[in-house]
Amino acid sequence: MSIALIILCILTIGSAVIAMTLRNLVHCALAVSVTFAGLAGLFLLLDAQFIGFAQILVYVGAVAILIVFAVLLTRATQAPGESSFSTNWFRGLVVAGAVFVVVAGALYSSKLLNGHGSTATVSVRQIGDRLMSTYILPLEVLGLLLTAALIGAVIIALQDAEPKGRGQK
Amino acid sequence: MTPLYGYLLVSALLFAIGLAGAMARRNAIIVLIGIELMLNAANLNFIAFWRFGANPDAFAGIIFVLFSIAVAAAEAAVGLALIIAIYRHRKTANVDSIDTMKG
Repeated sequence: MSIALIILCILTIGSAVIAMTLRNLVHCALAVSVTFAGLAGLFLLLDAQFIGFAQILVYVGAVAILIVFAVLLTRATQAPGESSFSTNWFRGLVVAGAVFVVVAGALYSSKLLNGHGSTATVSVRQIGDRLMSTYILPLEVLGLLLTAALIGAVIIALQDAEPKGRGQK
Repeated sequence: MTPLYGYLLVSALLFAIGLAGAMARRNAIIVLIGIELMLNAANLNFIAFWRFGANPDAFAGIIFVLFSIAVAAAEAAVGLALIIAIYRHRKTANVDSIDTMKG
């Protein structure tokens, strides 16, 4: 239980809690970026270096920026008396707590968790070989999915064309 | 308290926090952030099992998480584009008031 692990866990969980409770949306987006970075650190501690750097590239570098853009483009004029929490927020909290209790209980009473650490290192070359041989079909489908998502997102968020005048020139 | 148990607990906690945020907040963007947190918790779960599990030489954990990251990014992009489009029409990003499909 190294000190780096404890610090990273506290950082990740703390910033996640902060991200879900702040009123200011930009602060939420920044806190969730810290969560993503903390998770990348946890991936690095777990010897999954490629995933750790992919997490930073994709989540911190793209998804967090996208969230900030969306926040800035939807500056809703919130009435000052309105709460940023839903009216039945307590039910949501109770359900989430119940989910955590059930999962933690299942983990506690499980006999499978005698995890022996391994020292198998996975190189990027091996990942590339696997992606190009065993997992080639999911890779191509993923490319198609990303293209569709890209085009779809642009079309959905595009400004509507100016409506033409009704017959008058 | 094996390391695997610790990582799985952190992953479960992160999932619960994302779930609570997705259910308790009014703004649609925060709901999406909660969903991303849940996906990240699942990724952490996968990598923890890949590292400490029974067959650490298999690549399934790494490849699955790679695809999960890519698909989650695509879904976040489309979801945020939808929120922007809805905001243009309804002038609100409040999930409680986007409750009708009437245009």
